[in-house]
Amino acid sequence: MPKLTMVQAINLALKEEMRRDKNVVLLGEDVGKDGGVFRITEGLIDEFGAERVMDTPLAESVIAGSAIGMALYGLKPVAEIQFMGFIYPAFDQIFSHASRIRSRSRGRFTCPMVVRAPYGAGIKAPELHSESTEAFFCHMPGIKVVVPSSPYNAKGLLISSIRDPDPVIFLEASRLYRSIKEEVPEGEYSIPLGKARIVQEGKAVTILAWGAMLHRTLQAIEDVDAEVIDLMTLSPLDEETILKSVKKTGRVVIVHEAAKTCGFGAELSATIAEDAMLHLKAPIMRVAGFDVVMPLPKLEDFYIPTVARIKKAIEEAMKY
Amino acid sequence: MPEKIIESCNIKRLEILDEKGNIDESLMPPLSDEQIKKMYELLVLSRAFDRRALNLQREGRLGTYASILGQEASQIGSAFALEKSDWIFPSFREMGVYITMGYPLHMMYQYWSGDERGVKGPDGLNIFPVCVPVGTQIPHAVGAAMGVKYKKDKKAVIAYFGDGGTSEGDFHEGMNFAGVFKLPVVFICQNNHWAISVPREKQTASKTFAQKAFAYGFEGLQVDGNDIFAVYRATKAAVDRAKNGDGPTFIECVTYRMSDHTTSDDALRYRPKEEVEAWKAKDPILRLKLFLEKKGLWNEKYQKEIDEKSKAVIDEAVKMEEKIERPSPKDMFEFTYEKMTQRQMRQIKDA
Repeated sequence: MPKLTMVQAINLALKEEMRRDKNVVLLGEDVGKDGGVFRITEGLIDEFGAERVMDTPLAESVIAGSAIGMALYGLKPVAEIQFMGFIYPAFDQIFSHASRIRSRSRGRFTCPMVVRAPYGAGIKAPELHSESTEAFFCHMPGIKVVVPSSPYNAKGLLISSIRDPDPVIFLEASRLYRSIKEEVPEGEYSIPLGKARIVQEGKAVTILAWGAMLHRTLQAIEDVDAEVIDLMTLSPLDEETILKSVKKTGRVVIVHEAAKTCGFGAELSATIAEDAMLHLKAPIMRVAGFDVVMPLPKLEDFYIPTVARIKKAIEEAMKY
Repeated sequence: MPEKIIESCNIKRLEILDEKGNIDESLMPPLSDEQIKKMYELLVLSRAFDRRALNLQREGRLGTYASILGQEASQIGSAFALEKSDWIFPSFREMGVYITMGYPLHMMYQYWSGDERGVKGPDGLNIFPVCVPVGTQIPHAVGAAMGVKYKKDKKAVIAYFGDGGTSEGDFHEGMNFAGVFKLPVVFICQNNHWAISVPREKQTASKTFAQKAFAYGFEGLQVDGNDIFAVYRATKAAVDRAKNGDGPTFIECVTYRMSDHTTSDDALRYRPKEEVEAWKAKDPILRLKLFLEKKGLWNEKYQKEIDEKSKAVIDEAVKMEEKIERPSPKDMFEFTYEKMTQRQMRQIKDA
């Protein structure tokens, strides 16, 4: 089985889905001839043509908004937003429309579309190229938020996202694009949305992470008997898997690179406090980005949770 | 080297039917007497529907409502040029379009009474639900037109919005996409002169709205929006152009919002009474009536008949609407996603 990077795995998922279903179309800035700034869509315009791999003007709101229109018309658009920090002009379309169309029309119109965007720090990029603001999207009912952590699950989750009947925000950790390789099968397989993955079983502490932070977490656990859960889908949340694990271990450490205040860790903490409080042996620990503006590259390593900070939080939890 | 003129823009204005009911024969679109009477009946029905909606709102039987008074010719004239298979993306002030397309009246009252099921629409009619955030429906129309083009269907997509909508970013982005991809879309801008309290002059420094299309690389024209024949003719040509693969068109219908912005507004706070009075003479229904009368197609008896028919249809719609049972709170959950989430399944027990 070939070992692929996440870039190659996502490209393969797009290619196979486009071969399978001619209603799958791609649009975004530079996705055509250039293959996208991260080369995710490389070669797809050659196989599928400019009608299906559309280089658009620089217009995030209408990239999302026209994807909505295409989805309504029966296509399966996969829109690329070049960096998560540029997704904000598309907020209105995603929040006010993509998420609400099924409800607004009581099921008459639906919006099966995917918005892909690279997120997160660690690639020494300019300002607003390192955002990790997934929580905004998790706050909106009607949207699904998916964050793969590896080439294998990126392919499977993207296939599921494209086939999903609801709008999906698909966030790809840019730091993982080429830093890991993994065996990725060709052909059909999908990983269900809304299901977390237990990366390793353990009894002492539950660690919740996703995307790039999963890998940092795995470096931090050393000889602790940790149960590591890769959430993969943040919304809708797989509460069942999380609560089951927490009830078993009694300790929780949540790791994410977004700012701590109102980050997705806050929702996870509240969920655990509401439904598993009496099983807890220690306070819930959150290791997150600081409540500061995401800095430029010279300081980004200080912003992103480090292995040392994750270790410290695990040690804290283990004291109880 | 001398400076050269490398591009210039001429904007046409189309007028066919004047305030006294006279027409320019050379521009008159080929409409049968029956079709013209049908147009007139739709104008009358729409105005009656609108008036009833305002009354129902005052009685507390309807929620906030955006009246179309004064804009009927822009809406009915344009929708009259469409086929059922065309796609329509309205704003929140397009009841005349809905009525012309044959949308069930009771469902419109149902929507304005606060029930989403009212904009679900009947199968086979591609009118998208009322869009509240101004101008944000324009990208949807553009996207649907991309779908039409991709599937090589022979359909047009129509986006309706007002003068205020042209100030939104989505207008710019959408118009730009439409031009770049040469999409089968018709932009119908009802310039009703007021975006709540902000007059048209403060919306743009451009002399016309129509000229905006020029910068996006396609045709924009202005029509007298209270002249149903001009609106129809311009829309029909634009729809045909879209269906023939000749790209988008922008139509500025110059009309006037005779009512308040919505039932929650009081236009007396910000606009002169004289201005409203002056527009009364340009009423779109009055001038079509005068035209019909000259042609011997209108008399008191006919008017009485259609007024009574409109009233009966509206009475029936109100009756039907008021018989509809309140939606179940479970509906909120059932239509958020295709399948309920783990959390929703717990929450629904409390609903």
